[in-house]
Order: sequence, then structure tokens, then C-alpha cells
Amino acid sequence: MEVEGGNTSANDAVARKISIQSRRAKVFYQFTQQNLPACKPVLTPSWIVTTFLLMGVIFIPIGLVTLRTSHSVIEIVERYDTECIPEKFRGNKVSYIKDSTILKNCSLYLKVPKHMKAPIYIYYQLDNYYQNHRRYVKSRNDQQLLHGLKSNDTSSCQPEDSSNGLPSVPCGLIAWSLFNDTFKFIRESSELVVNRKNIAWKSDRNHKFGKQVYPFNFQNGTFIGGGSLDPSVPLSDQEDLIVWMRTAALPSFRKMYGRIEEDLDADDVIAVHLMNNYNTYSFGGKKKLVLSTSSWLGGKNDFLGVAYVFVGSSSIIISLVFMLLHVKNPRPYGETAYLSWNR
Amino acid sequence: MKRYIYINDDETSQDLYCANRLSNRKYTLMNFLPKNLWEQFSRFMNQYFLLIACLQLWSLITPVNPASTWGPLIFIFAVSATKEAWDDYNRYLSDKKANEKEVWVVKQGIKKLIQSQDIRVGNIVWLRENDEVPCDLVLIGTSDPQGVCYVETAALDGETDLKTRLIPAACMGMDFELLHKIKGVIECPGPDKDIRRFDGNLRLLPPFIDNDVCPLTIKNTILQSCYLRNTEWACGVAVYTGNETKLGMTRGIPEPKLTAVDAMIDKLTGAIFVFQIVVVIVLGTAGNVWKDTEARKQWYVLYPQEFPWYELLVIPLRFELLCSIMIPISIKVSLDLVKSLYAKFIDWDYEMIDPETDTPSHATNTAISEDLAQVEYILTDKTGTLTENRMIFRRCCIGGIFYGNETGDALKDVGLLNAITSGSPDVIRFLTVMAVCNTVIPAKSKAGAILYKAQSQDEEALVHAAAQLHMVLVNKNASILEIKFNGSVLQYEILETLEFTSDRKRMSVVVKDCHSGNISLLSKGADEAILPYAHAGQQTRTFVEAVEQYSQLGLRTLCLAWREVEEDEYQEWSLMFKEASSTLIDREWRIAEVCQRLEHDLKVLGVTAIEDRLQDGVPETIETLRKAGINFWMLTGDKQNTAIQIALSCNFISPEPKGQLLSIDGKTEDEVCRSLERVLLTMRITTSEPKDVAFVVDGWALEIALKHYRKAFTELAILSRTAICCRVTPSQKAQLVELLKSCDYRTLAIGDGGNDVRMIQKADIGVGISGREGLQAARAADYSIGKFRFLKRLILVHGRYSYNRTAFLSQYSFYKSLLICFIQIL
Repeated sequence: MEVEGGNTSANDAVARKISIQSRRAKVFYQFTQQNLPACKPVLTPSWIVTTFLLMGVIFIPIGLVTLRTSHSVIEIVERYDTECIPEKFRGNKVSYIKDSTILKNCSLYLKVPKHMKAPIYIYYQLDNYYQNHRRYVKSRNDQQLLHGLKSNDTSSCQPEDSSNGLPSVPCGLIAWSLFNDTFKFIRESSELVVNRKNIAWKSDRNHKFGKQVYPFNFQNGTFIGGGSLDPSVPLSDQEDLIVWMRTAALPSFRKMYGRIEEDLDADDVIAVHLMNNYNTYSFGGKKKLVLSTSSWLGGKNDFLGVAYVFVGSSSIIISLVFMLLHVKNPRPYGETAYLSWNR
Repeated sequence: MKRYIYINDDETSQDLYCANRLSNRKYTLMNFLPKNLWEQFSRFMNQYFLLIACLQLWSLITPVNPASTWGPLIFIFAVSATKEAWDDYNRYLSDKKANEKEVWVVKQGIKKLIQSQDIRVGNIVWLRENDEVPCDLVLIGTSDPQGVCYVETAALDGETDLKTRLIPAACMGMDFELLHKIKGVIECPGPDKDIRRFDGNLRLLPPFIDNDVCPLTIKNTILQSCYLRNTEWACGVAVYTGNETKLGMTRGIPEPKLTAVDAMIDKLTGAIFVFQIVVVIVLGTAGNVWKDTEARKQWYVLYPQEFPWYELLVIPLRFELLCSIMIPISIKVSLDLVKSLYAKFIDWDYEMIDPETDTPSHATNTAISEDLAQVEYILTDKTGTLTENRMIFRRCCIGGIFYGNETGDALKDVGLLNAITSGSPDVIRFLTVMAVCNTVIPAKSKAGAILYKAQSQDEEALVHAAAQLHMVLVNKNASILEIKFNGSVLQYEILETLEFTSDRKRMSVVVKDCHSGNISLLSKGADEAILPYAHAGQQTRTFVEAVEQYSQLGLRTLCLAWREVEEDEYQEWSLMFKEASSTLIDREWRIAEVCQRLEHDLKVLGVTAIEDRLQDGVPETIETLRKAGINFWMLTGDKQNTAIQIALSCNFISPEPKGQLLSIDGKTEDEVCRSLERVLLTMRITTSEPKDVAFVVDGWALEIALKHYRKAFTELAILSRTAICCRVTPSQKAQLVELLKSCDYRTLAIGDGGNDVRMIQKADIGVGISGREGLQAARAADYSIGKFRFLKRLILVHGRYSYNRTAFLSQYSFYKSLLICFIQIL
């Protein structure tokens, strides 16, 4: 019995092997003879109508949900670049902003339209500011940001690679043009705590900006661009810089300033004391302050929802048109009389 | 430029001509890189990509890492260079093998073994049986006392039968020892590639015999790459060596064929390039304007005040680089890869293997598969392509009596067998002509059976039939021919062979009966080449009727005739013939003229009818392909009636009520013109009717039509879906292909024999049938298939698949590149 059993199992193995081989041979044969099974959808009218209908049915609800979410986000946007210039300087904004002797403080009052749940994100928004300009984007040195003065080839940082014969850390146009307006938020005479930690990417803080690298010889040139940095804080903790150095792709962008970690009630009035230091006047840029809550879809953005609803409804319209056309002049499947050379 | 070759002269002609060193290589080790690069850069696409890649090295303007262009560019170059190098290396190896082969050559009067590459023009080369011929030789001696040797020319023209080669008369009977010391001059034309012609003269220098000029023809030569067979040894004088041999001259790269899709891709590439330039100019200008108006105000960009001179160019060049991917760099390589796969699919196809010979189909040209689906006209040969080209003797008409009409097989006709046994002189003469008047070589197999090696299938059929009717061709020994008839052996001496040419359409032999000493001329040929030359008293009406009747049945006919020649007449004519055959200019024409002088007053003996069956599936294939909208033209050398019969039987044309056959004929310009106009008129009227109209034209009328009424004929060609051209020569076939191509039609030519080669090479797609007429057509063709019916699968399956796939791939390539590029532009 055992012997027989062994035999059969061996036979089985052989048979299996042969069958695998023959299957391979068969597949190869089918390949060479161009007989491999294949399927190709035929776009018949009913198929197309159903597909479009299905698309509409799926897309419209998704769009509605997205729109609703976007609407649940509460956002306060306040433009302050013109208001924060005293009346007498309005005629010559550029010289005002360039005059370092004037203290450029300014106050705004924001009214909270609805209850805003914590965390409330604070952004500054710049318009018509080309952080994506080729000269600008390339003018940085990632090695230097990570290793400091140890990496001494700063030619990529030109034209802001050094000042007074010494290399600057951080070098380059991006760092040099650091945004330096500051904001303070006061509600009913008590200052709101703004959390300014963890506003940059974690990977940037840990891996791209050195923990041992301190600003050196920064903003020491004849022509001062934007903000300066505290030379005693390592770059990995200079989160404003890190945020700024992630250049924006479009000329209108928001960058995180901080977080308010308490709820704001409807009709609260928030006083914002800000230092209007940054020059956007020479090129006609706008500066805005943004306070916004967030949802699972991020900030307030209607585009996605509108796009879904639009595509969904056009699919339904197309499917209806096709259906009508098909009902009105039906055409048999595979009718050769309609071929171009038979007409 | 004529050559004068001094036989066995070691000094004078040494350096005049190249040594016998074969070189098929395109490159050497030193020039490979520059030459190959030069070749690749002569293509516009590659120049463009090189320019882009170089621009990317300029870091001021490059938007991406230069490796993203250099990588693919180098890869593509490496792939094609490697392929070239590999091909060239293989060529080098085979050259080396041929060059280092050892051959026996006479040097300073002593036979020496030297390498093949050291053979010089004028050297005497000795060959043994089964040796390959190292260069083109003029025979001067063989082991055979009659001065005959046999060669196999398969490598040269694809024909597998043995061919006889003769030593020139001047060297006849020369001693073995004497051959070492022979001195003489061979006068011959400069190297050319015509493997069927060699018009030279040999003059031996004293002390050798006389200093009479002896004519040399291709019959006296053995060409490079042939094999010596059935002959113990042979020796000859090297006349062409190295790459100047007939084979070397024929080699060469045929013009590459361009498919419709390729042409379209080239056009599209050009259009995209123009678009790209426009985009670059528009965007570049806009960029410069924006920079001057806006960017200066942006303090954070810190534009310098001074600019280098090229400042204006920087932004347009950056856009150029961004847009460079608009033209897909990969399209050529991917198309090449995909196309070679299509070709493999054709090679692999089990359904296109000829079941009889087991030959698979083969795609020699891998680049044009998708054009198969674009064919609008198919020009087909008849014999061997539509038919099987297996000739069987079926019927005959001897002296007005029809044999084989009842049974359909003359060999079993009792009347004929009785006539043979009773010894009817007409019948016996008829059989004699069948057995003698040919160029068949009988060879004894080991078992003792006689095998006939023939160049023409018709001749083979006739000799076989004669053998079955007890007139057996037993032996052909130089000029002596042995025939066994009813147990007695008859011997004939062949005095002269007046060969078959397509102009003469007949061949004759002058033989001397060794028994009685009578000289007679035996002829066979097409009816119109024989019947007009019948002697005045003979009624040829029955023969005309017979020819008519046979060709109605689709049989090939040949007329046989003979006449007695007086000794004096022969001598006189023989001199003229000799002179004609030693002329260097227009020899063929001169010979034809001289032959004409002997071939008259013939006594017509009868008509033979040979059947050539249709191949399997021919009618179905033609019908399917016509349904697919493909027009068929049949071009054949056969006569009109036979052609029409075959055309009817294979659905080529429809019979009367449904179809209409218009014929263009006439012997003079006016007649042809009138009939052409008549046909054209009918054709214009009937185009609206659902009627199959075809026209028939013969070679003569076609010649006139093509010469004088080209426009009218072109219009006719466009109007008619079917045409039959009979009695056409190879060059006319090629002309017709040219005509259709000039009307922007895609043409496919299919044929099997040497006479179709030119048409096959001319057509957009050439298909060869690897048939019984040798492999010549199959070699010259882009595709070779075993049977005509595979054409259906080749066009409708492989052609369609290839076209769809190529179209998809190229469209996708462009789509992808444009898409990526538009993202960047926006």
C-alpha cells in the first residue's frame, strides 16, 4: 500500500510538473500566435449612458459633502498693507517702509463672525510675491543650512552669499528676504496666547536645518532685505525661517504664523497689534492676515466641491442627451452601412 | 572601362586591380566611433536632441538636470551603435573565414596553396569537386575531356539545379601540364553586377596554338560563391576579385523603404517643431517683457544692473529646453523594437507555415509591417504565385490529331501509344524534339534512376513526358546526347544551342544525327514565335485552333517544329553565329538577329499543352481581399487566353453577365490609342454601375500605351479595379508598379520567380513566394511566404494588427510628450 501511495504521489508531482511546463508552453504558444485572452470594452450606447449616469450619481454627493465641509470652516481675512501706513505717508509708501527710523506699529480690529473652535491657525498671506522666481528659488544652500560654516561653497547663494568678505549663514536670497511683520492678538484687554512652535514641517526641523547651526553674519550687508535672526538660536528652532524657506509655488500664498489654542466666540472683537516692517509696496504686493479654523479637508476651499458637482451634473446631462439621441434614432450594433466608406 | 587581363603574368597586372580580399564591413576598429556617430547624427531627430542636450549643459538656462536628456540620448545611441557593431563584427568574421580559406593557385609556374585573399587578377586558380569558388573565374580547364563542368549557383541566384559551364574553344583539349604555363590576354568589360552576362574575348599568346580571338560568355565563367559539383577538378583565370566580383557588385544595401506611418510621423515631428518654435518665441518675448516691466521692481530678486549680451536669449532658451520634450525622443527606438516584434510574430505564425515543405513565413524587412494594412493595389504574378508551378504534360496535338482530349491525360491516350508503337514518323519526330530541344541535364542517381535537372519547369515536364512515352533522354555528355527509344540508342551531336530569351520567346538546337550525319534544327516556343515562321506550304490553322482550345482550358502551350539544314547552309550560318557571339556590344540583339536567319521555313510538328494547377485557396483569398477594397492586377508573361482563363477560375474577374472584360490591343500607335480611348470611355460610363469591369492589355500595347499615352493609361489604372497584363517583361512589371506608385497608391507586389524581382523591389511591399522557381524572389522580397493563400492572413491579420499597434504607440508617444510639455507651458 505504502509503495503504491508513494508511487502515486511521485506520479502526481511529475504530472504537475508536466502540466506546469505545458501550461507555460501553452502560454508561449498563445503569445506567439497572438491568441492570448484579452478583453476590450465595446462602447455601445447603453454602456456609455450607464457609465455617465453612474459618474453623476457618485460625483454629486461627494461634491456636496466637500462643499459643506468647506463651508463649515470659518475664516477671517484682513488686508492691512495700505491701512497700516499713516495718512501722511500714503503718497510715498516705499520711502516710509524703507525709513528704519520710524516705528511701524499699527492696530487692526477683527470681529469674529461665528464661534471659532480651537485650534485657530494664523497665517499671513502675500499676493503678487514671486517666491517661485528662478533666481530666487535657486539662491539657497541646503548643505549650509544643515552643516553651517563647514560647507563653504556658497556660490549657489549668489547674489547674497556673503557680506563684508565673510559668508552669511543662512545665505541666499530666500533667507535674506525673510518676512518680518509681527502680530499680537488681544481680546478684551487680555493677550491671546499664540503658539509659535511646531509651525514648520517636522522633517525640515529635524533633518534639513542644523541643530548646531547658528545665524552668522546675517543681514550685515549694505542693503538689508527682510527680517534678521537671533544669532543664539539654532536654525532648527527658527521656525519662521523654516516656514519661509519652503518656497511657495504660486505668487499668492499663505504661510503659517502660529496657532491660537483657545476658542473664539461669535462677536468677539480682537485687537491685532502688528509691526508693519515688510516691504511689499515697491512691487505692489498685498499683505493679509488670516485667521482660520480647519476641517478634515483642511482650510476653506470651495473649488474641489464645485468641481465635483460640476463634473457630476455635466455627466448626468450628457447621459440624458445620449439617452434621448439613442431613443430617437437607434442604430443597430455593428451595422456596416454606417461605415465611412459605405455611406 | 575595359579590362585586359594577362593570364599567369606575375608582374604586370599585380597592382592594377584589387586583391581578392572580401570586405563587407562598414567600419574598422579605428573609424567605428566617429563614423557611426556621424551616421547617427545625420538624422534630423538626433541632431535636435544633441542640441538640446548641449544647451542643458549651460547651468544658467537649464531647468532640469542635464542627465535627464543625456541619459536617454546616450542609451539610444548605445543601443543602435551596439547593434551596428554586432552586425559588423559578424560580417568581419564571415569575411575573415572566406579570406583565409586556402586555395591552390599557380605562382611562377608552380601550384601553391595560398590564402584566398592573396589571389590576384590573372592568377590561375585550381578547384576540386565541392570547392567553393573564391572569385570570378574564366574557365580554362576541367577534368572532363569535353571541357564541361557543373556548378551549383544557389548562393548567387537561389536556383538549386546544376548548371553546365564550358571551357572556351581555344583552351579545348589543352594538356594538364600546359595549363600551368598558359599565357594569354582576356579582354572583358569592367566589373558589373549582371550575373547573366559576361561578354569577353580570349586571345592566347604564342606559343599556344593560334592567336584567334575566342569569345567568352557567362557560360565560360564560374562565379564567386558557386560550388563545383560532379567534376573532379577545374581551373580558371581570375578576372574579377574581391569586392569587384559579380556577387560583390550585386551586394549593397537596397534603398530603405519608408512606410506611410513613418512619413506621417516625420511630418508631425516637423509640425510640432514649428509649433514649439512659435511657443518659444511667444513665451520668450512675454518673459522678457515681464522681466523688464515687473521683475525689476521685485527687490527680493536682486536683479543686477548690468547684463551680459546674451541676456535676451536666456528666457527663450529656457522655454526651448522646457518644450524640448514635446518631440518624443523615444519614439524611434520604441517603434523599432515593436516593429521587430511584429516581424517575429509573422515568423512565428503556425498558420502561415507551408505544410508541404515546412517553410515558415519570414519577414526580412522588419520595418514595414504596418504598411501591409494600407495596401490598395496588389500586383501578382501568375505562374508559381497563383498556380502551383508544377507542370504536368496533359495534352498534345500532333500533325492535326488531338491526343488526350478524352482522358485529359495524353500519356494514357491509347491513340498516342499506338502511334508510337506503330512508329508514325510525325509522332516520333515530335517526341524527339521534346527530348532533345532543351537544356535539361540528366543525372544518374545512386539507385540508377535518371533525374532531370532543368532550369525551366516546362522543359522538365516535356522531358519527363517524353521519357514516359519511351523516348528517354539518358545522357548528355558535352555535345553528345543519348536517347533511348524502344530499346535502341540514338545519338545526337548538339552543334549549336540557340537559347531562349524573353524577346525571342523560342529556343532551338542544331543537332547532327550521329548515325546518318543529317543536320537538323529543332525548335520549340510560343505559338506566335513559331507559327509565323512555318514553311509556306504548311497549313497552320489546326495548330492555331489547338493553341486556342488549350489556352481556353488554362493550359500552357508550346509549339514544336523542326527543319532539315543543309551542311553548307549550316557552315555559313555557323560562322555568322560565332562572330555574333563574340561581339562585345549588343551581343544579345546580334545573336537574336543571326538566329532569326536559321529559324525559318519550319515544319510545325504539333502543340503541347502543359497544365499548371491553381494553388489551394487562391479564389477565396482573392475574393476576401477584394472585399477588403484591395484592387488586383495580374501581370504575367503568359499569353492572353491562358491568363484570362486563370483569372476567371480564381475569381479575378467575373464571368460575362456580371463582369465585363475590355481589351486594349493593336499593333500600331493609332490602334492602341483608339482602343485605349474606347476602353476608357466604357470604364467611365460603367463606374456608377455595380459591374466588375476589367481590362486586358498585352505587352506590346502596354509598351505603346506607357510610352505615348501615359496620361490616359494612368486614368484607366485609377478607374479600374482589375487588370490583366499579359506578355509583359520584368521591366514592364516594374514600370506598372512605378505607375501606380506615382498615383500615390500603396502597392504590394507578389511573385515567385526571377522575373518578378524588379517588381518586388520597386513596390512599397514586396512579397516573395518561396516556390519552385528558386529563391530569388523570396530573397529580394520584404516578406516571403510559402503559398499565395497566406497573403490573406499576412494582410488582414498581421497588417491590421501592426497598423493598429503602430498607430496607437506613436499617437500615445506624441500625446504623452505633448501632455507633459503643456503642463510646463501652462
